[in-house]
Amino acid sequence: MTSPVFEPWNDPEAKPLIQFQNVTKRFGDFTAIDDLTIGIYEKEFFALLGPSGCGKTTMMRMLAGFETPTEGSIYLAGQDMAPVPPNKRATNMMFQSYALFPHLSIWENIAFGLKREGMAKPEISDRVNEMLRLTRLEKFASRKPHQISGGQRQRVALARSLAKKPKLLLLDEPLGALDKKLRQDTQFELMDIQEKTGTTFVIVTHDQEEAMTVASRVAVMDNGRIIQVATPDRIYETPNSVYVADFIGEVNIIDGIATPNGEESYSVAWKDGQAPLNVKSPSTFSDGQSCHLAIRPEKVTINAEKPTGADNVVEGKILDIAYLGNLSTYHVELPSGAVIKAQSANTRRISRRAFTWEDTVWLSWTATAGVLLAE
Amino acid sequence: MMRRFTLIAIPYLWLLALFLVPFVIVFKISLSDVALARPPYTPHFDWAAGIWAFLSELDFENFVWLTQDDLYWKAYLSSLKIAVISTLLTLLVGYPMAYAMARAPQEWRATLMMLVILPFWTSFLIRVYAWMGILSNEGFLNQFLLWTGIISEPLTILNTNTAVYIGIVYTYLPFMILPIYAALERLDESLIEAAEDLGCSRLSAFWLVTIPLSKTGIIAGCFLVFIPVLGEFVIPSLLGGSDTLMIGKVLWEEFFSNRDWPVASAVAVVLLLLLIIPIVLFQRNQQKQQEAEQ
Repeated sequence: MTSPVFEPWNDPEAKPLIQFQNVTKRFGDFTAIDDLTIGIYEKEFFALLGPSGCGKTTMMRMLAGFETPTEGSIYLAGQDMAPVPPNKRATNMMFQSYALFPHLSIWENIAFGLKREGMAKPEISDRVNEMLRLTRLEKFASRKPHQISGGQRQRVALARSLAKKPKLLLLDEPLGALDKKLRQDTQFELMDIQEKTGTTFVIVTHDQEEAMTVASRVAVMDNGRIIQVATPDRIYETPNSVYVADFIGEVNIIDGIATPNGEESYSVAWKDGQAPLNVKSPSTFSDGQSCHLAIRPEKVTINAEKPTGADNVVEGKILDIAYLGNLSTYHVELPSGAVIKAQSANTRRISRRAFTWEDTVWLSWTATAGVLLAE
Repeated sequence: MMRRFTLIAIPYLWLLALFLVPFVIVFKISLSDVALARPPYTPHFDWAAGIWAFLSELDFENFVWLTQDDLYWKAYLSSLKIAVISTLLTLLVGYPMAYAMARAPQEWRATLMMLVILPFWTSFLIRVYAWMGILSNEGFLNQFLLWTGIISEPLTILNTNTAVYIGIVYTYLPFMILPIYAALERLDESLIEAAEDLGCSRLSAFWLVTIPLSKTGIIAGCFLVFIPVLGEFVIPSLLGGSDTLMIGKVLWEEFFSNRDWPVASAVAVVLLLLLIIPIVLFQRNQQKQQEAEQ
């Protein structure tokens, strides 16, 4: 039996759990969120990704109720949230600083929200123990927050925000304070917990790797606007703008002039003295329109001999090598002065590496390897 | 090694010279008998008679006397009562002020802090005299209230316990505000948001998060007010009436009106012993706070 693919955003029947309708938020003269409309579906793991100051935290704080939209409205399960104060919302938030109550034990921290609900004592106890089990914190129940490690504190914060079974869990840079190794482990843990509990998660992050790892959909934001919303693979493979292509991962951006030369096929004239590039693109460009070719370094092949039969071939000299262990990124300077990055896996030991500085090499890529972008 | 020893020795020498030696002198006087002489007590240490002859003349008679005349323990109790009540009043007035200061915009805080400390620039005695001018029957307060028509007869405030409470709250308010402000200023705003997010109203977030997290500040402030108020002398004697009974005032009268130095010294020694309890508790609170911060 194959499980159905989870893609409610492609289903016109599906109703989003959260709906932002033309939401604008201004702080004085500064516009933090600019006329934003978006739907987030139930059980989604939705990532808001962007540089600091792009408005992603403001969006989250509006969902939690700490900020109110200047214009437009936010609906949670069809209900307008504007008049609902934070303590009456079916959302819970995991704070960037974790905001654990230092005067309460781990157990009391997790029970805090349940007690406010007026839940019966034995039920609170059951629920807290369940949360402690879920986050593997049973041993630390009676400790105070300052007596446990950063990773454990992060799990307490998660347990506390999940304890009330919110319809929507907001995570504000939840893994920012953890070191890289712990962060990666925790990302998978988060995904596990999200799947187990079936809660809708909205995560705010500036770490593109984190967003790509955990999220079912990623919204790339800039200056209070959402530039693109798509699944991580689509964001990476088919960015809709240079901004998104550049923000996610490494990319070569080649500026040129497009000339159609067949169906969905263009010849792109770029630097003087270089042969035009052959590019396939589903989006249409008019003759002479300026365009940008975005191509990922790992889709550029580096060869010692001039390859035959490739769609695009350029010659250049190795300027720099970035050795990453498993991969190496080669910065290749073309005669025109342009630098193109090519990445290849280090399948051999470094002592037997085929290329070194100042070597003349040939770079090649297929017509479909890159994305042709208008802006 | 020698250097380190010298450095550590300095505060101990200081303590010895400014606390221990005076205390021993006062303690010795409290064991002496009153005499019509100068200084007005006996015995005096005499090299010729020897140390044992000197010691044999000392006794605890003055301490026994303190238990026999009910003036003294009534004065201690009354001081205790006034100190407790005025500490609570100072807390009630000081906490909201500290809270407002900690919640004020960053650029205002230094100014507000300055305003709290500003009264210290004027002599304490002058400020208490100023309160006499405000609170007396023909004082500014009564004139103002008569002018607004709220009262038709001047209120008698000066020379009552009310005036003493006003004076104490006014004088010791900064000692309450500063430690509470320090605790509240460190309070992470996101803790309040987290409490609200988890279902607290503004008020319950205040009770469940803000108050417990400013507890050390509250305790420190209360001790800083309670300890000096217990032995306070100037405020009750200038603002209080004949029925205001405080041990500091009794002490003053024993020394200067009765010229009974030995009994006055005994009163002082007992007061000091009484104060050691809150001082030790205060130290423990400070220590706990430091541990919590680590």
